[in-house]
Amino acid sequence: MRFGVVVFPGSNCDHDAWYAVSRNLGHEANYIWHDSAELGNVDAVILPGGFSYGDYLRCGAIAKFSRVMPAIERFAREGGLVIGICNGFQILVEAGLLPGALIRNRGLKFICRPVELEVATTDSPFTCLASKGQKLTIPIAHGEGCYYADERTLDELEAEDRVAFRYVDNPNGSLRDIAGILNRERNVLGMMPHPERASDPLMGSTDGLIIFQSMVAAMAAR
Amino acid sequence: MSAITPEIIRAHQLSEEEYRKILEILGREPTYTELGIFSVMWSEHCSYKSSRLHLRRLPTRGLRVLQGPGENAGVVDIGGGYAIAFKIESHNHPSFIEPFQGAATGVGGILRDIFTMGARPVAVLDSLRFGPLDDPEVGARNRRILEGVVAGIAHYGNCFGVPTIGGECVFEPSYNGNPLVNVFALGVFKKDEIFLARAHGVGNPVIYVGSKTGKDGIHGASMASAEFTEESKQKRPNVQVGDPFMEKLLLEACLEAMKTGAIVGIQDMGAAGLTCSTCEMGSRGGTGIEIELERVPQRETGMTPYEIMLSESQERMLLVAEKGREEEVFRVFRKWGLDAVTIGRVTDDGMMRVKNHGEVVAEIPARPLADEAPLYDRPRSRPLRRAPMDPPEFVSVSFENDLDKLLASADICSKRWIWEQYDYMVRTNTIQGPGGDAAVIRIKETDVSVAMALDGNGRYCSLDPREGARLAVAECCRNLSTVGAQPVAATNCLNFGNPERPEIMAQLVEAIEGMGEACRFFETPITGGNVSLYNETLGEAIDPTPVIGVVGLLPTGPPLTIDFKVPGRAVILLGGFGVCDPVRFGSTQYAKVVVGKVWGLPPALNMDYEKRVQAAMREIAAAGLAESAHDVSDGGLAVALAEACFGPTATGAEVELESDLRPEFLLFHEGPSRIVLSTAAPERVAEIAARHAVEAVRIGATMKGRLVIRSRGEVLVDRPVRQLRDLWEGALERMLRS
Repeated sequence: MRFGVVVFPGSNCDHDAWYAVSRNLGHEANYIWHDSAELGNVDAVILPGGFSYGDYLRCGAIAKFSRVMPAIERFAREGGLVIGICNGFQILVEAGLLPGALIRNRGLKFICRPVELEVATTDSPFTCLASKGQKLTIPIAHGEGCYYADERTLDELEAEDRVAFRYVDNPNGSLRDIAGILNRERNVLGMMPHPERASDPLMGSTDGLIIFQSMVAAMAAR
Repeated sequence: MSAITPEIIRAHQLSEEEYRKILEILGREPTYTELGIFSVMWSEHCSYKSSRLHLRRLPTRGLRVLQGPGENAGVVDIGGGYAIAFKIESHNHPSFIEPFQGAATGVGGILRDIFTMGARPVAVLDSLRFGPLDDPEVGARNRRILEGVVAGIAHYGNCFGVPTIGGECVFEPSYNGNPLVNVFALGVFKKDEIFLARAHGVGNPVIYVGSKTGKDGIHGASMASAEFTEESKQKRPNVQVGDPFMEKLLLEACLEAMKTGAIVGIQDMGAAGLTCSTCEMGSRGGTGIEIELERVPQRETGMTPYEIMLSESQERMLLVAEKGREEEVFRVFRKWGLDAVTIGRVTDDGMMRVKNHGEVVAEIPARPLADEAPLYDRPRSRPLRRAPMDPPEFVSVSFENDLDKLLASADICSKRWIWEQYDYMVRTNTIQGPGGDAAVIRIKETDVSVAMALDGNGRYCSLDPREGARLAVAECCRNLSTVGAQPVAATNCLNFGNPERPEIMAQLVEAIEGMGEACRFFETPITGGNVSLYNETLGEAIDPTPVIGVVGLLPTGPPLTIDFKVPGRAVILLGGFGVCDPVRFGSTQYAKVVVGKVWGLPPALNMDYEKRVQAAMREIAAAGLAESAHDVSDGGLAVALAEACFGPTATGAEVELESDLRPEFLLFHEGPSRIVLSTAAPERVAEIAARHAVEAVRIGATMKGRLVIRSRGEVLVDRPVRQLRDLWEGALERMLRS
């Protein structure tokens, strides 16, 4: 399986994501420069964390205009797997691939800490190897990770089983404890926690691996 | 151009003698621009004129040292073809004026020093000092400064993508008018890919990259002479504004450009901006540099040569490329969307020549400007000392209440509120993050990890600067040994008051000598650092605060952390109960927090014994015998034991202390050379300790959920871990909310 890791100016978890899927998991991984109009030969795309374009204006707001985004939208429309982590989630929301918004944390401060997540659905290519209700310890590191959407959207996400992960102890004020969501077609995931930081025994947790492993299994089953 | 008057010279903080030397070097009167250039290059900050003479006595060489002082950062060989570059720097004054940007640009400056050498920054640590948060008069201001500084460090480091993995934070009244923000950064690279800040190759282009030059950061407030104001039109705040995104681009572009092989030398523009980078590169390369100011990218119109040369706008670099290969360099910077402009060339006449629209506005021999700054052997008396020597009468009413008080005190309580605002995990190398005795990162390219810690104790140094500095080095090396790392090299940041006062100069010299002695003894050569003087407000100097950062090496593996893991393990006090007397007890946290006074002397240090304790600890760690290890420092043995209970399993301990020491001393004295560890193999630990001729007292065993300390049958402390932990964990936030 070949992962493509998108690099925007200001991405800073690009190497971590690359390392997790290539070195920790043993798959191929390429970088995709933000200025490319094509994604190249990849089976799944990772939008990594960081501060794309400095996150000036609003997190992810400038990245959505980058040259690579139409290619990512096309890839997603054609059913390709896209995972946006942290800043990647913010970009997917800004680009309209996922609903809602990510606003300043409830405490108005950046928070870096391992948090406990609950797998809310296993009906997705990102969680198919997990069990429903399974607890995962995965770090967060963000200042603007409070998930926000109007009531109707939240109801719809829940009705369509599109909440992928919930915080067990909500660190940032996210509505309905949402830590990650899926698009309607279930092939695009956005999540604030960093599974690539929980993919190596030396980093204290390998709970994040199950997300990448699920992607691999889902691709193999296609 | 008007003549240089004595007022203008004074406004540039140059003495008459210094001005005479300028006349001698130039053989004529300087222009305004030249005067400005001399004044920044010969400022204390850039020239180290008061400290250089004494710094020469520090040990700087070692088997692993590839680059000592004099470059942007020190470099140490870590084996496997890789090296680390590291340095600590202060940003004290800006952080007081504008805490957020002051601290942020402090981080930015030291990061540039690291990647200028070709190394990718992989770790940041901070040593912070503030006035007390509950000070009746200025507590609110101190809280605001703390919040601003922490947010500034977080803003810059998090966005840049370097983990902030440790440090220290201490509160003393002497920092009320003068907080300290010392930032340490460390980077990693291949040892044969080190870049130096040298201008070689006559005719090679000098290229400016990064942010445009603006009017920010030009000189200090003292520059407000009428003449200067007239010329500069507008006054800007003295503190620069940082852009971590720009710095991230600059990092990636510089590292990529270095790979082309077309770069000959590179230097960041930090203090004294374009001035410092041009003359230092010329001086080090034994060449000259000629630049044309109209080519310098400028943020605003109408900037004078004086302003362009002295601007401290952030995120800028100067590099020398091989002639004819400019395009290779430009291509990389274009890719990252950055300005890269040829602004001059390397010459063979040893002059730093600055032109503006064809007119020469400054022409100064580079070497005298950069290297022949005045050198002062300033007079010194006895170190300033405010505290009495004789101990007051004191006796504890309740040891449990004393322990509560210490755990909830500002210096000892958990600093989680601070470090959770820092991304301490980015780059997925953090094996041991904040909250441990030392921080540890793995180097992915090798099987080696790097441990690092910062230590400095202004209170000890205010009582005896020499002993205080020695103790800081010993503690820092002990912190590293406690996680199993072998200390290999050091960097220092010397924060002191006004060196023109003999009693302050004496503090500085004593501290340097103490630090040098200890670094020599522990074989941790100092490969670079920073001196920050004039830390005074209204004639009140800060406590002398030499901060040491030591780096060490260990094999990559799971971390050895401070917390007890499971009940039923032996608890061993490696190094023994130590020694104390009423005079030495006056420097402890107990004296400060419980008695409310400071007196006497710092704890006594036996370096020989300390070294043996550390060697024993490293051997115990390497053999995998310790399940936890924590060094005894602030708050003494009782606090160290309590902190070891605060792990995720909340495992406590029951200990029995057999000692002749008075109970206050036994529990709370801060004598060095001691480490609390838990083990499933106490006999083997004892064996190793015996071989190193150090004590290893088996004081008890870990237990579930309580901390019980007895001495000679009497219960001194018996508390649920949860209760102690809540006090310790929530204290800083409670103080900030007050």
